[in-house]
Amino acid sequence: MSNAVSLMPTNNFLAHLLAGHPVLSVSPVGYFNALRAAALARANALTVPTTRDEEWRFTDISLLTKLSFQPVASINDLQLADIEKFFITESHTRLVFVDGVYAAHLSQIGVVSGVLVTNFASALTTHATAIEAHLAQLAEFKNNVFAALNTAHMNDGALILLSRDTAATQPIHLLHIATQKNVVSHPRCLVRAEAGSQTTIVEDYVSLQDEAYFTNTVSEFSLADNTHIHHVRVQREGAQAFHIANCAVTLARGSHYQSVSVAMGARISRYNLNVLQATEGGECTVDGLALISGRQLADTHTCIDHAKPHGVSRQLHKCIIGGAAHAVFNGKIMVRQGAQRADSQQTNRNLLLSNRAQVDTKPQLEIFADDVKCTHGATVSQLDGEEVFYLQSRGLSDIAARNLLTYAFGAEILERIPVLSLKRKLEQAMLEQAGLEQAGLEQTALKI
Amino acid sequence: MIVQDSKILLEVRGLRANVNGTEVLKGLDLTVRAGEIHAIMGPNGSGKSTFAKVLAGHKAYEITGGTVLFEGQDLFTLEPEERARAGVFLAFQYPIEIPGVGNGQFLRLAYNTLQTQRGKEELDPLEFDDFVREKMKLLEMNPDFLDRSVNEGFSGGEKKRNEILQMAMLEPRLAILDETDSGLDIDALRIVAQGVNHLTNKDNATIMVTHYQRLLNYIVPDFVHVMEAGRITKSGGKELALELEARGYDWIESTEKSSSKKSSARIAA
Repeated sequence: MSNAVSLMPTNNFLAHLLAGHPVLSVSPVGYFNALRAAALARANALTVPTTRDEEWRFTDISLLTKLSFQPVASINDLQLADIEKFFITESHTRLVFVDGVYAAHLSQIGVVSGVLVTNFASALTTHATAIEAHLAQLAEFKNNVFAALNTAHMNDGALILLSRDTAATQPIHLLHIATQKNVVSHPRCLVRAEAGSQTTIVEDYVSLQDEAYFTNTVSEFSLADNTHIHHVRVQREGAQAFHIANCAVTLARGSHYQSVSVAMGARISRYNLNVLQATEGGECTVDGLALISGRQLADTHTCIDHAKPHGVSRQLHKCIIGGAAHAVFNGKIMVRQGAQRADSQQTNRNLLLSNRAQVDTKPQLEIFADDVKCTHGATVSQLDGEEVFYLQSRGLSDIAARNLLTYAFGAEILERIPVLSLKRKLEQAMLEQAGLEQAGLEQTALKI
Repeated sequence: MIVQDSKILLEVRGLRANVNGTEVLKGLDLTVRAGEIHAIMGPNGSGKSTFAKVLAGHKAYEITGGTVLFEGQDLFTLEPEERARAGVFLAFQYPIEIPGVGNGQFLRLAYNTLQTQRGKEELDPLEFDDFVREKMKLLEMNPDFLDRSVNEGFSGGEKKRNEILQMAMLEPRLAILDETDSGLDIDALRIVAQGVNHLTNKDNATIMVTHYQRLLNYIVPDFVHVMEAGRITKSGGKELALELEARGYDWIESTEKSSSKKSSARIAA
C-alpha cells in the first residue's frame, strides 16, 4: 500500500471522484502515505449518505451525486489584481489556494516570530513530527465518507503552527478560490496552537465563477493549554457550488476556541463542526449565520462534547431564509459522565422571509453528568409586525423596515467577527442580499 | 397653551375601530389645536392606547367608522410612515428592542429619512453626532446610548427617554405619548417631562395617554378627557385630573349612569 490511490473504489459516485485522479506522488513521509491509504480504504467501504441516514435526514445531496467532478487539470494563472477584492486589510499573512492548489505567488507570509504559516508540502519534511501528532487525528474519517475522501486526496494544505506563548495579532487568511467548473477540490487545514498562544484565523471560500463545482474541506484545530483561537469561517462559494466541510477542534485546559461561521453561498452546503473539550476547563463559543435564498440549502451540524468537567460552551446559531431556500441546524451538546459543572448555552434562531422558506432545527442534549447547567432553545419566526410598525412610525417604509430588521437579525452574529474589514464586507453583502441597497439605506445610516 | 383661534391640527369625529372583530373605539370625538396639550385618561381597557395606535396607523386595528383629519388631510389615506413624515409622532408604551442595530445609526436613519422627505439636507455621521448629543443633554442621556443596540437592555426609564429623544429630533407637529409615565421613577419622570415641556410650543400639540394623574403634575395639560368604553365621556381643564385622582374612575361611571338614567327618564316622560 505504497500509494493511496491504487485501490479501486467500489461506489459509483466515489469511483468518479477517485477515477482519473492524477496519481498522487508518494510522499517522502511515511505516515502521510499510510493515512491516505487508510482513508481510501474507508472511502471505499463507506457510501454517500442519503436522507435515510439520520445525520442527513433533512439534507438531500442527491443532486451532488448526479454530477461528476474532476480534480483541476490545468491551473488558472491568476494575478493578484484578480483576487484583490477578497483580501483582508488587517491580514499580513495569506495563503491562497486556487481550485485546491497552493498558489505561492498569490500568497504572502508576514513574519511573526514563533508562528509558522505555510503549505504542507513545504513543511512536511521539516516539521514531520509536529504534523504527524495531529494530522487526521482529530477529524475522524472512519465513518465520514467526505472526510475520508479528503484525507485520501491529501497532498497539500494550510499549516499553522503557533509556538508556546506566541501571539499572531494580525489575522491569518486562508483564501480558497474556485475558478473552474466541474472541479473538485479537497482543501485541508491543520492548526496546532501550543500552550499560551493566540491568533485569529479566517478560513474563506470564494468563487470567480457561477457554475457547479465541489469543495470538500477538512480542518483540524488542536489547542493546547491556555490558548485562545478565533476561527472565522466564511463560505461564500458560487451559486451552483457544493460545499461539504468537516472541522474538528480539540481543547485542552483553559483554552478558548471562539468561532463564527457564515454560510451565504453554494447551492448545497454542509458544515460539520465537532468540538471536543478533552481536558478540564475548556471553553468554546460557536456562533453561526446562514443567510440563504433562492433554492439554496445550508446545513450546519455541530457537536460540542463536554468530555471533562468545568467546560463552558456558548452557541448562537441564526438562519435567515428567503425564497424557497432550506436551512438545517443540528446542534448536539454532549455532557459525558463525570463532566461535572459543565456550563452550556445553545440558542438557534431562524427567520423565515417567505412562505416557501423552510428550516429544520434539531437541538440535541445528551447529558450523563448530574451537576451541570445546560440550556437550549430554538425559535422559528417571521418578522414581527410590532417591530415593523415601530420603524414605520419613525418614517421608514414597510420594505425598508423589513430589510433593516432582517439586517439586524444577522448583524448580531457578524458583530462577533473580530476582523473589522471582513465584518464590514459581510455586512455589505448582507445588505445587498436583503435588498437594502435598493432602499438606499446603506448610505444614510448603516455604513459608517 | 391655549392659543385663541389657533389652527386645528387634529379633528377626530365619530371614530370607530375594531381589533380582532371586537369594537374598541365606539364613536370618539376630539379636536386638538396648535399649542395645546391634551391628556386622555381612563381605566384599563377603555381604548386609550388603541386610540394612540390608530392615529399612528397600526395595522392591527380596523377602522369601521368616523373620520380623522390631520391638518385638514384624511389621516386614514396615509401609511404609518407617511403619517410620521407628515408630522405625527407616537412615543410607544413599549418601545421595541432591535438587537444588531446601533441606536445612533437608527436615530440617524430616522432623522435623515424625515429630512429627505421634508426636502431638507441630510446630516453626515459627524454632523449628526453633534446634533444628537445636544438633544441628549436635554434628556440627561449618556452618549453611550448611541453605541448600544436600539433599546436593547435599556431600563424602562431609558427606553422612554430614548422615545422622547426621537421626538426632540423629529420635531413632530402632533406628538402622542402613550403611557410615557409607566415604569418611570420620580427622577426619570421629571427628566422626561422636562424634555417634553421643552419641546412644546405654540405650533405643535401633544396628546398624553395615561392611566395616572402623576404625569400631569409635570406636564400640565390644557385639557383633560376621560375615556371609557371607547368614547370620551367627560372633558375639562387640568382640575378634572385632580378630581379623578381623588374620586377614582368609578365616580365618572356613576355620574354617567345617573345622567343616562335621567335622560331615559325624560324619554319615558
